[in-house]
Amino acid sequence: MLSALLLRQAMRIMLTVLLGGLLGATLVRMGPGFGVDERELDSRLSADSQQAIRAERAKENNIALFYARYLGGFIHGDFGFSRSLNRPVAELLRQRLPLTLASLGYGVFGGASMGLALALLTVWWRAPGMDVASALLSGLCLAAPAAIIALVLLWMGAASRWAIALVVFPHVYRYAKNQLVATAQSPHVVAAEAKGLSSWRVLWAHVFTPAAPQLAALAGISVSLAFGASIPIEVICDTPGVGQLAWRAAMDRDLPLLVTITVLVALMTMVVNSLADLGLAAWKNGAAPPASAGSAPA
Amino acid sequence: MSFKQKVALAILGIAVAASLGAGLLAQSPYSEQFRDAISAPPSAHFWLGTDELGRDRFSRLLYGTRVSLLLAPAAALLATLIAALIGGAAGYLGGRWERFVTAGVDLFLSLPWLFLLLAVRALLPLNTSPVTSVIITFLLLGCLGWAAPARMIRAGTRMLVNSDFLVQASASGVSRWRLFWRHLLPNLRPILLAQFWISIPLFILSEANLGLLGLGVSEPLPSWGAMLRDLENYSAVLQNPWILAPAILLVAVVGCLQLLLRTEDSVAC
Repeated sequence: MLSALLLRQAMRIMLTVLLGGLLGATLVRMGPGFGVDERELDSRLSADSQQAIRAERAKENNIALFYARYLGGFIHGDFGFSRSLNRPVAELLRQRLPLTLASLGYGVFGGASMGLALALLTVWWRAPGMDVASALLSGLCLAAPAAIIALVLLWMGAASRWAIALVVFPHVYRYAKNQLVATAQSPHVVAAEAKGLSSWRVLWAHVFTPAAPQLAALAGISVSLAFGASIPIEVICDTPGVGQLAWRAAMDRDLPLLVTITVLVALMTMVVNSLADLGLAAWKNGAAPPASAGSAPA
Repeated sequence: MSFKQKVALAILGIAVAASLGAGLLAQSPYSEQFRDAISAPPSAHFWLGTDELGRDRFSRLLYGTRVSLLLAPAAALLATLIAALIGGAAGYLGGRWERFVTAGVDLFLSLPWLFLLLAVRALLPLNTSPVTSVIITFLLLGCLGWAAPARMIRAGTRMLVNSDFLVQASASGVSRWRLFWRHLLPNLRPILLAQFWISIPLFILSEANLGLLGLGVSEPLPSWGAMLRDLENYSAVLQNPWILAPAILLVAVVGCLQLLLRTEDSVAC
């Protein structure tokens, strides 16, 4: 079952690379400036040299060959050239990706921790006023666009990664709260409490552990959310990350750069989703009792 | 409906009524520039002051609310219709078509929403007339926002197709077409309605983000997203806190929609 899931996820990722590569190649070919080489205007080049340049470019007119070459380059890490920034896309990504990934890491971890902590405080310890305060905070974060959250934090002088955390937090909080409410009301938890088990033990062994796989599945969604929010946040906070790069590419209509970024972001999201799915499947496999364990002997 | 939801409905009603009655409530057209009152504070004539071009902020807020509040449901309707067509057909026909649609939806959903919007928006012309930019923005939202609702509608349709009453109707010789129109579609209505309502706040927020990034509705036509761009100037916000009015209204309206959605969610389940 696990290997079938692994195969399915690998195929999905491969399909994305293929589709993304084709999309990128189409946009490069159809984009303005394709087929134009400024070296042709260089009067120092002889007729033979210019003929050689034309012959070299003529190879790219073969669509199938062009697609194959583009895709090959994409797979080997050659993501093309940014027309607007006049630099290789791979170099731009190398510079900006670590910053975005760090922000995303802090943001997703911070948002998830905040959501889980507030859900636990609200559902389990029933802290006074916590329900109203958490609902208000999550409602406010859910109703505000990421750009507004970034602006408010910018005014307060806080780091932009907190804006990502505040975008992720309400989704985790609501999901975790619903999960914890459902688990806390289940008969086995009521029975454990009635038997006199300590509050911590009931929470860890009977509430949190059964709900953990579902909560872990939120990781993929959180990463996708955080990536989406990184665009307005990085633009507003002037953070030189991938989100800001995507925005600049959109404003300059640098389509090859934009499509490459989008495909790479989709790939990263898919990998995280696949890892979450695989982790969930492995957890279920590990948690499931052997076939004969529960059945009566024949 | 709880008390909170009644209050939310009242606030939404006032916002919609005010935006529809913008022609009556606004004292000047949204694009008229008063050169002798540039960046003016609130007054009897300009209830929310004027912007740096001397345009009445209150008038722009009302017309901007109209653009966002009327076109987001239109985009949500389009997205729900596309989702119903694709998801409904997948759930109804099953087999390869269902597998193909499910794979497509998964692929579509793996793209972060704003990245997808940005990529497709950049493919379309950026220097367009204000009306064209409104149409492009909301058509884009409608055409790209179908994937998540399609997944829900496919699951709902599949459940209905396997239900006893539909199996019995099919066994009684009811034609596929009649089965679809008379038995399946009316039972899918709660799911379709829920998906429609869920899409509205998402599209309002997306338009606001796009507008703030300069990729939404073009000037001089106002929209919430375009009006939020004034907030980038922190010192101006400190000096003229009334600039915050569009942000407060946006958060209030989306918050009210989220509150009302809890009823719709329960219907969908």
